[in-house]
Amino acid sequence: MILVVAEHANGRLSKSTAEMVAAATTLKREGPIAALVLGSGVNAIANEAAQMVEQVLVADRPELAEYDAELWAAAVCQIASEGGAHTVLISGSRGGREFSPRVAVKLGAALLEDVIQLRHNEEATTAERYTYLSRVTEKIETKSPVVVITVKPGAFPAAAPTGKSAEQFDVDLELPARRIQVTGRLKEKGTRISLSEADAVVSGGRGVGNSEGFTKLVEGLADQLGAAVGATRALVDAGWRPYSEQVGQTGKTVQPKAYIALGISGAVQHLSGMNKSQYIVAINKDPDAPIFKIADCGVVGDVGQIVPALIEELKKT
Amino acid sequence: MRILIVLRQVLDAEETVRVKNGVVDLESSKLVMDAMDEYGVEQAIRLREGGAAEEVVVLAIGSERVQDALRTALAMGADRAIHVVSAEMLDPLAVSKVVAQTAQEEKIELILTGGQQADWDSHALGPATAERLGWPQATWTSALEIQNGVAIGKHDGDEGSESFRVSLPLVVTTQQGLNEPRYPTVPNIMKARKKELRQETLDRYQVAPTIRVLSAEIQVKTRMRKIIDGKDASSAAAQLVEFLRNEARVIA
Ligand SMILES: Cc1cc2nc3c(=O)[nH]c(=O)nc-3n(C[C@H](O)[C@H](O)[C@H](O)COP(=O)(O)OP(=O)(O)OC[C@H]3O[C@@H](n4cnc5c(N)ncnc54)[C@H](O)[C@@H]3O)c2cc1C
Ligand SMILES: Nc1ncnc2c1ncn2[C@@H]1O[C@H](COP(=O)(O)O)[C@@H](O)[C@H]1O
Repeated sequence: MILVVAEHANGRLSKSTAEMVAAATTLKREGPIAALVLGSGVNAIANEAAQMVEQVLVADRPELAEYDAELWAAAVCQIASEGGAHTVLISGSRGGREFSPRVAVKLGAALLEDVIQLRHNEEATTAERYTYLSRVTEKIETKSPVVVITVKPGAFPAAAPTGKSAEQFDVDLELPARRIQVTGRLKEKGTRISLSEADAVVSGGRGVGNSEGFTKLVEGLADQLGAAVGATRALVDAGWRPYSEQVGQTGKTVQPKAYIALGISGAVQHLSGMNKSQYIVAINKDPDAPIFKIADCGVVGDVGQIVPALIEELKKT
Repeated sequence: MRILIVLRQVLDAEETVRVKNGVVDLESSKLVMDAMDEYGVEQAIRLREGGAAEEVVVLAIGSERVQDALRTALAMGADRAIHVVSAEMLDPLAVSKVVAQTAQEEKIELILTGGQQADWDSHALGPATAERLGWPQATWTSALEIQNGVAIGKHDGDEGSESFRVSLPLVVTTQQGLNEPRYPTVPNIMKARKKELRQETLDRYQVAPTIRVLSAEIQVKTRMRKIIDGKDASSAAAQLVEFLRNEARVIA
């Protein structure tokens, strides 16, 4: 059995779940593809998952209302062992990447992190992944009989619904006690389209001048394009923008059709979060800014002049 | 209370990555302590300075070269260092076994390591170590204090940040914002030379890597690198619209 740990947020199945199902399919291995849904009040989510896989395992328990790495690892390990899963797929989100190593240790399995491509032949599972701040693509192999894999969001095309509704099974779990006590939550929910799902991303760096400049130039252009908004760490550190908008090594990784960088120098830590974008556009007043090396279209100029002109030009169309 | 920090030595961010015969070649490149681990060293020293910890131990696994990172940490203020000598490339799950055993031998109550390693772009070391020890974990931590054996802090998740409380022992992975790492001063670099740096051999830990790297490739997407002079803003804007419409196709 291939076990896909369904990811969901705000009562809906995340796109990453359909992507993991697609990744599971590329392995072409024996046994059913099963989805495991963990949570509280997850009926609708389980029904959604049933459209995609051959079996749905549901643990609907009040203790699982909020995610916790140790609870999730214990639940996944138990279900994977009972079902004799040879492969466990987990989303390459923050949460997935922090509980998956615990699952791998518990199962005595190998861990393939953040994969963008997967194959299985005879005894080996091979995968591709980005390393060295997304500058290198490595092919890795494991011969471990049990493999835990985290799947990079956006790397696989989402699996289409099967047109059937798979059988659902309620599962019993022995859960450990929660040890981390959460004393406060600061949810950063934007009103815009999310960075990981947008076709176009407009990002700003220190070159936008100040927080008002960001609103006028970056958000102004994003509004015209229906794009998501991103920022460099310099702006997050300065408190101009929330961390949820940070693109790069320690922020989000994006892969839109068009990435538009305004007043961004192009430090490797920033590039690692956006260098797989299909097209990169940069506006920077310094002709030697490193961002131009990876730009498809660059304008050497002042964002304060170019961007308002661009917004005007877009309004005309 | 004794703190252990696991250090990784990685390619300096300014350096170009080189691949030779299908593997990343670091032989002639400048290596530095992973910036994410510097946050850990700094935080541990602050906890000791504030009286919450008695001793700060740093650990690195790798060739002789990792001693540079250990010496840097000692110069920042760590008390002693352990170097587990290994010539082979170990995957994070294998490394976590060395870390967990060291934590037990050294009677550690708090382990700090980078939220993500800049070489393998991996997040696994902290959580895998926590699981081996049966400890809880706080990942991507941007604030941390210790009061009477309880860790109080803030960390980042998928939907924003959370404040937390948890009793020690604990594994913490670091995140930007935790602190501003100090630079080692010259007198402290001199002092660090006299601090204990113990070597251990890998065979003590019975690690067996489960992953093999088959090949590495630098895939740089060919970029069009069309450069527009922005002196005439409206002409540049028109050319940009044309690009977004006909090349990138993100506008109708
Ligand atoms: C461990 C670690 C992790 C990191 N993680 C990240 C990360 O996730 N994301 C990230 O972004 N960074 C990250 N960084 C920081 C990174 O190294 C850079 O410092 C940062 O990306 C720089 O941001 P910037 O481009 O906005 O600023 P700068 O480098 O200061 O660049 C500003 C640019 O704006 C241009 N400019 C100025 N005025 C104008 C104008 N009027 N018109 C047009 N252009 C103008 C300048 O020519 C310059 O190129 C990390 C660093 C470390 C050490
Ligand atoms: N497509 C790219 N993605 C990420 N980094 C890049 C890319 N192209 C160049 N770089 C980096 O930019 C710097 C200068 O590259 P070069 O122009 O090849 O000398 C090096 O650190 C490269 O690693």
